[in-house]
Amino acid sequence: MSGDRDLAAEFRAGNVRGLARAISLVEQRDPTVRHLLEELRDGLRRPRVLGFTGAPGTGKSTLVDALVGLLRGRDQKVAVVAVDPNSPFSGGAILGDRIRMQRHALDGGVYIRSMGARGHLGGLSAASREAIRLLGAFGFDYVLLETVGVGQSELEVAAVADTTVVVLTPGQGDSVQMLKAGIMEIADVFAVNKADLPGAQKVVQEIRSMLNMGPKLAWKPPIVMTVAARAEGLEELLEAVERHQQHLETTGEAAERAAERLKDEAADLVGEWARRQARKLLDDDAELSRRLLDDRVPYAAAEEILTTEGESLVPRAARSRHKMKSR
Amino acid sequence: MSAVQAKPLRIVLAKVGLDGHDRGVKVVARALRDAGFEVIYTGLRQTPAMVVEAALQEDAQVIGLSLHSGAHMTLFPAVIEELKKRQAGDITVFGGGIIPDDDIAELKKLGVAEIFTPGAPLEEIVTWLRKRFPDG
Ligand SMILES: Nc1nc2c(ncn2[C@@H]2O[C@H](COP(=O)(O)OP(=O)(O)OP(=O)(O)O)[C@@H](O)[C@H]2O)c(=O)[nH]1
Ligand SMILES: [Mg+2]
Repeated sequence: MSGDRDLAAEFRAGNVRGLARAISLVEQRDPTVRHLLEELRDGLRRPRVLGFTGAPGTGKSTLVDALVGLLRGRDQKVAVVAVDPNSPFSGGAILGDRIRMQRHALDGGVYIRSMGARGHLGGLSAASREAIRLLGAFGFDYVLLETVGVGQSELEVAAVADTTVVVLTPGQGDSVQMLKAGIMEIADVFAVNKADLPGAQKVVQEIRSMLNMGPKLAWKPPIVMTVAARAEGLEELLEAVERHQQHLETTGEAAERAAERLKDEAADLVGEWARRQARKLLDDDAELSRRLLDDRVPYAAAEEILTTEGESLVPRAARSRHKMKSR
Repeated sequence: MSAVQAKPLRIVLAKVGLDGHDRGVKVVARALRDAGFEVIYTGLRQTPAMVVEAALQEDAQVIGLSLHSGAHMTLFPAVIEELKKRQAGDITVFGGGIIPDDDIAELKKLGVAEIFTPGAPLEEIVTWLRKRFPDG
């Protein structure tokens, strides 16, 4: 690639390729992303971030597609990040969520990015937080995150979404299973999709009784029936999402979460940077690694690295003269 | 660089043209996934503009086109043209389909990197990609 300068220029010029490349850098946790994000810092606005999760085939992509249509009708710019699992054998992936979103393929106000869930150094949360930041800086009002709820990735994505929509369907047989499996806790809104099929009402009842069994919550997740394939119930879904966002604002939870997120992010970076450099140091410094092996436990080596290495734990590519304002 | 995680090769696979079968392209998608690549499958009836837009948004290094309707001499070059127009001529394009030898030679001259005909074993595509992208 032709260097950070060009990337920043392309990004600023609104060239989609600049954005796409920057997101790749973020996915690889390339430390140079720091320079781009610091350059863009004044233009950073956080978009509204909505997460969609649920079992395979529940209609998440169709729902996201319909919501993109609705939001575009309101003149909002929308980015979609769709996360699919990787093959445990090869690490490869077939990312097929775009198929359902083809009608937005040539709309300049829509950006769609597919990601493999695995192979994110520092985790999927770290990558998606940074991607969200880039998408906000690029001018998107909404970021819709889709993940299949079968493992860890939906939890990581829920951690970065403002509002998480859990998508269930009738006749799935496993909706109760899903609820038990802890996905309940991450739901801010329930969408009972495929409400054109028999049994939707029953799923609504099941969710309701689950909610009633649990502890009394400050936010009671609304349950919305949708037929994503016919774009039905989307207004109601968006309204439920907006009510949740309002709740976050008025209770101060939005600001609190934002602060928590940024603290987590800074702490994660400390770990990530230090780890990366420490490992390299242990590989390169024969004397140090000999002493570590002699010591047989890792504590003294870790302490020594942290206390003696100091600022050289920051990867060279990430170093910059930028300092925070002092108060 | 060892500090930065290597990114798997990303390939946008698309059916261009009007034929409605995607069994073949799905088999290719699985083979590429099993070889460790990330395949972004965009579905049927893609126009050249849609394919190129997807490749740009997805930061894909490779576009694989599948076509069985006989319109390869117009649609494949149209993708190459669109890429140039979007200043993305560095993205590698390969194609698959029932394509006569003369047309293959012509398409390669126009910038299609390789053509695989239905008889070719799938490993051939994987081997070719690995050779072209040793880091992917
Ligand atoms: N009957 C009915 N079918 C629907 C509805 N919404 C989506 N579908 C169908 O459900 C299938 C799966 O839809 P997707 O949107 O791909 O589901 P998904 O949850 O994104 O799937 P994965 O990403 O593979 O987990 C498709 O065949 C859709 O047409 C709906 O409201 N009613
Ligand atoms: Mg999907």
